[in-house]
Amino acid sequence: MIDAKQVLHVARLARLELAADDVQPMADELSSILGHIEQMSSLDLEGVAPTAHVVPVEGKLRADVPEAPLPREVALSQAPRHTADGFLVPSPQA
Amino acid sequence: MPTTPTDAIKLTATQQIAAIQSGDLDARELFETYRQRAAADAHNAFTWVADEAPAELPASGTPLAGLPLAVKDLFCTEGIPSQSGSKLLEGYLPPYTATSVQKLVDAGSTVHGKTNQDEFAMGSSNENSAYGPVTNPWDAARVPGGSSGGSAAAVAAGHAAWALGTDTGGSIRQPAAFCGLVGLKPTYGSVSRFGMIAFASSLDQAGPITRSVADAALMLKFMEGKDPRDMTSIGLREPVEVPTRTDLTGLRIGVPEELAGEGVEDGVRASFEAALEQAKALGATVTTIHLPNAPHALSAYYVLAPAEASSNLSRFDGVRYGNRLEAEDGSLIGMYTRTRTEGFGPEVKRRIMLGTYALSAGFYDAYYGRAQQVRTKIVEDFATAFASVDVIATPTAPSVAFELGSKTNDPLAMYLNDFCTIPMSLAGIPAISIPSGLSDGLPVGLQLAGPAFSENLILGAAHALEQAIGFDTAGAIR
Repeated sequence: MIDAKQVLHVARLARLELAADDVQPMADELSSILGHIEQMSSLDLEGVAPTAHVVPVEGKLRADVPEAPLPREVALSQAPRHTADGFLVPSPQA
Repeated sequence: MPTTPTDAIKLTATQQIAAIQSGDLDARELFETYRQRAAADAHNAFTWVADEAPAELPASGTPLAGLPLAVKDLFCTEGIPSQSGSKLLEGYLPPYTATSVQKLVDAGSTVHGKTNQDEFAMGSSNENSAYGPVTNPWDAARVPGGSSGGSAAAVAAGHAAWALGTDTGGSIRQPAAFCGLVGLKPTYGSVSRFGMIAFASSLDQAGPITRSVADAALMLKFMEGKDPRDMTSIGLREPVEVPTRTDLTGLRIGVPEELAGEGVEDGVRASFEAALEQAKALGATVTTIHLPNAPHALSAYYVLAPAEASSNLSRFDGVRYGNRLEAEDGSLIGMYTRTRTEGFGPEVKRRIMLGTYALSAGFYDAYYGRAQQVRTKIVEDFATAFASVDVIATPTAPSVAFELGSKTNDPLAMYLNDFCTIPMSLAGIPAISIPSGLSDGLPVGLQLAGPAFSENLILGAAHALEQAIGFDTAGAIR
């Protein structure tokens, strides 16, 4: 269903690292769950529209009235590292 | 007649509010009693308890009269730790409060504790919390259910008068059932999701966990409503009425064979069938109906919810909030990866992996696209059913509370436990769980579901049944 190689690929996409010993167990667990999910393939869904949301969500915008935003120091207060102006991250070039 | 706070603990929230409002009960003494009980809680139901009562409690003339409220950890509460059961968010102090919490505070409620939960609401047993498992006040060797397990255990133990939970696939209803309480998942969109740390945005909905149906109605009344900060919130179409119904004359109850037959254990079935007999005695008609696609709801859910979660949880990258772990090589990507790898627990990683896989190139149509089509079929099944019945009844869970550790080694077995509650979540319809009795000394839950926005109907029916059943929701209070 899903093999160790695919598991490593998906983990990389999800920014997760799996210890070598965890790769095969993860593949086995996901395969067992996917095996159950595969039961959906027995349904004839030709022409059935997909449902993303059960309530009508209109793409409407709120009135364009400026409001006081979260103060910068408050917005930054929970960041692991920040300066007075913004979030600090390792250099993408590092 | 004056009521001591110790005696008041066994009253329902509605009764405690009335006692405060009539001057028979002191709100400050009551707050202190709940605060001390929560601080001494032996079920690990709380992740934060107030140090003291606020300097000023809401006036006794406010609708909720200062009554203490326990709030699931994933609701953002300004200046109070909000960690969603995750190590990654340990110590996170949000700069704002969730709308649903704020509305209850505005109506006169006072938060006295935050409650434990499965990490990011992913679980059915509360064994996935980074802050340790919660135990069931009815039997401490058993789980309280999940993911709102701390909220349910807190109320069942009398360490909270009532609590706020969230339900994505059953996370209010199943713990309410396991702990002998009332749990209501409102219609999707009736309560704002603003300030809830998101799991699966098209399914997540906040709701009450309480000791009576009237309490659930009262809490919903002050929580619901359109919120400009949540574009999917639409509020209810009519005001919530505190239910008084005592008969079910003319009510057509449908029992879907797919959700009430195979897989339900004997003690639960016996309690469920006894409740249906009581419904008939109250004047309801009970017929067997079919939700032909319901057996596929679990499959669709375990594609859609993890897919949405994998997207929602991408925000936890060690940049704006939560903990950060730097990579040995000093790289940005390495920092993201190490922060997430060491910050998330095994179940959260499993679901992120599942969701990422389902959304990845080459698999999207087979999994995500197909699951969305199944969701349509389930919505249609309910629409067809509600053309001939008013409400749908099922057991809330196929079993009573199971023993700690008994399902942790088999994720699929844990998921399958949710088959009675997931279809309603996918359809976005309201559903309530009330206790129908005991099986071997453990509570059994009965679920009643109705069409979208039928909260008053299902609350009324649940109230009539609750009165007839006469279950003691204070049965685990010591």
